[in-house]
Amino acid sequence: MKYVDEFRDRHIIDKLAGEIRAAVDPLRTYNFMEVCGTHTMNIFRFGLKDILPKNIRLISGPGCPVCVTPNEFIDKAISLADRDDVIIATFGDMFKVPGSRSSLEKEKAKGAQIRMVYSSIDALSLAKKNVDKEVVFLGIGFETTTPTVAQSILIAKEEKIDNYSVLCGHKTMPEALKILAQDKDVKVDGFLLPGHVSAIIGSRPYGFLAKEFGKRCVIAGFEPIDILQSVLMLIRQKTPKIDIQYTRIIDKSGNGLAQQKAKKVFIKIGSSWRGIGIIERSGLKIRKEFSKFDAERKFNPKIEKPREDKGCFCGQILRGMKTPLDCRLFGKICTPENPVGACMVSSEGACAAYYKYKVRNG
Amino acid sequence: MDKITLSCGSGGTLMHKLIDSLFIKEFDNKILNQKKDSAILNIGNKKIAFTTDSYVVKPIFFPGGNIGSLAVYGTVNDLAVCGANPLYISLGLIIEEGLDVKILEKISKSIAAAAKSSGVLVVTGDTKVVEKGSCDKIFINTSGVGEVYYEKLSLSNVGDGDAVIVSGPIGDHAISVLSEREGIGFKTKVKSDSAPLNRLISDILKASSKVKFMRDPTRGGVATTLNEIVKDRRFGILLDEKELPVREGVRQACELLGFDPLYLACEGRVIIIAARQDAAKVLKIMKASREGRGAKIIGQAIVSHKGRVVLNTLSGGKRIVDMLSGEQLPRIC
Repeated sequence: MKYVDEFRDRHIIDKLAGEIRAAVDPLRTYNFMEVCGTHTMNIFRFGLKDILPKNIRLISGPGCPVCVTPNEFIDKAISLADRDDVIIATFGDMFKVPGSRSSLEKEKAKGAQIRMVYSSIDALSLAKKNVDKEVVFLGIGFETTTPTVAQSILIAKEEKIDNYSVLCGHKTMPEALKILAQDKDVKVDGFLLPGHVSAIIGSRPYGFLAKEFGKRCVIAGFEPIDILQSVLMLIRQKTPKIDIQYTRIIDKSGNGLAQQKAKKVFIKIGSSWRGIGIIERSGLKIRKEFSKFDAERKFNPKIEKPREDKGCFCGQILRGMKTPLDCRLFGKICTPENPVGACMVSSEGACAAYYKYKVRNG
Repeated sequence: MDKITLSCGSGGTLMHKLIDSLFIKEFDNKILNQKKDSAILNIGNKKIAFTTDSYVVKPIFFPGGNIGSLAVYGTVNDLAVCGANPLYISLGLIIEEGLDVKILEKISKSIAAAAKSSGVLVVTGDTKVVEKGSCDKIFINTSGVGEVYYEKLSLSNVGDGDAVIVSGPIGDHAISVLSEREGIGFKTKVKSDSAPLNRLISDILKASSKVKFMRDPTRGGVATTLNEIVKDRRFGILLDEKELPVREGVRQACELLGFDPLYLACEGRVIIIAARQDAAKVLKIMKASREGRGAKIIGQAIVSHKGRVVLNTLSGGKRIVDMLSGEQLPRIC
């Protein structure tokens, strides 16, 4: 397959692995955080940890949008799903995520109208087809998905599709990384930054990670060669800076049009991250002029006080302080069929990756 | 669990749990407990294979087949992989009020053609019509019986180094059905692999007495079938990613939608475990037939990974291949 096979070429992989072995200082440990859940999944899927020297530790980060979505959001979605006049449209990943008391999957089995869609634009089509219902799209994700959701709201406004709204749980990445960089308990030498977020925002918004916090950073693609080359770039980086490995997609300034659309529809607010808490200016809210399309304002969903399972380590795992293997629930009480935390259920979650690909219990 | 969710019917972990905790427990008997694709019955001095399967595929017509042909081939294949010669099948139809008679005619003709091409007779049946909304167009159940002609298929015969062979490219059925689904909207030339395997299997079993086990990788795909095979066994299976036969169109769809071809359903493929010394012979016979011309040796049984399916990745690493958890796609067959 063109543009995929080239980046999985075994000879280049072997060569990169050789260069990494030659470049590492055997006397020290390198702690690199792969921020994005897709990186975590692909590192396991392609068996990349087997290829890297043992003193390079790859730590999963907070870049799985489903994982960092707090219970409160799921609870609100469930409360909306309970209404007879609402169809919930969601990415498949959200289906099984446990909220405080139930999940969308369980609510669907009880009769709630919940549909899986591949984009917000599909949700918009669903609204056009079901004029007697309100279609609520669950807007989650980082800068990568935000512009398409913004676009769906802009279209809905233009075409006067009044039965479409978004429950907004969107978040932005740089502010969360700032919290991690500040946290003395998070031992990370460098970041593999998520390529697809930078496809939208470019590399500039990360500059502070190098300047203020002295962190080495490489914006990385997702194929095995991308990931290995990015690791090599991190090792070789002399002074901390934001390097771009994923040059075939990314430049410094990103996608101006997408940024403009997102800015038009959303405004920055503080946002709650599972396991991390409220982070200033790390979330997005739908602007007042689009309040007709804001499910939160439209329905004002009432929920009981959200609760989290105290035994669940998702929070520490998302901050790179623990691995799934450290969690007492992992693989025993918490499995993909019966997930306790979101990290076990998302297709980008660290626990799901460990469970799916890694030897369990030794 | 207090409600059945779609994941309970995926062919993966949850379905196995449901079967074990409810059905095996309630119906407990020696034949059922073997959990083979067909029950093997001793009737008089004959060994008879008996199986049943229901079909709820959506949409009912897809590139390379429809719910009717699928319902015949699926049951024929469940008999064939147990070393039986499929002879007779039953046909139970649950039809939604309002279905076009033309559609039913088309499906019936397809069932007749599929039965003829696989050498079975439809000898009994049942027709029910339910109110609109109580089923989706048409659901079909087929049961089948066949005469067992090869009795040496048993997982307890599998040993270190035995070859694991698949009869052709994997995942075609799932992707062809998916491409026709509403709301996904991608075009592909991939056709379902839905086909009868009884002739291919009988050719193989005539030529080699060292075939140890067979199963068709339907729901849950090759990964789930191999996990069923190694569960609680003293061997595991080591797969070689570079040997996995996957069509370009299937790979593209998987990359786009985030699927792993190892978990995609096939409806006309068989996985064969044979002694290493007969592997080349079996492969040659398979390649000579239409249903097996894309056959490949994809891995081997290995005692050092007992109970596990492990994949040597293209990149030179290793990873565990687990059973499907949850559903990758509902109503695929």
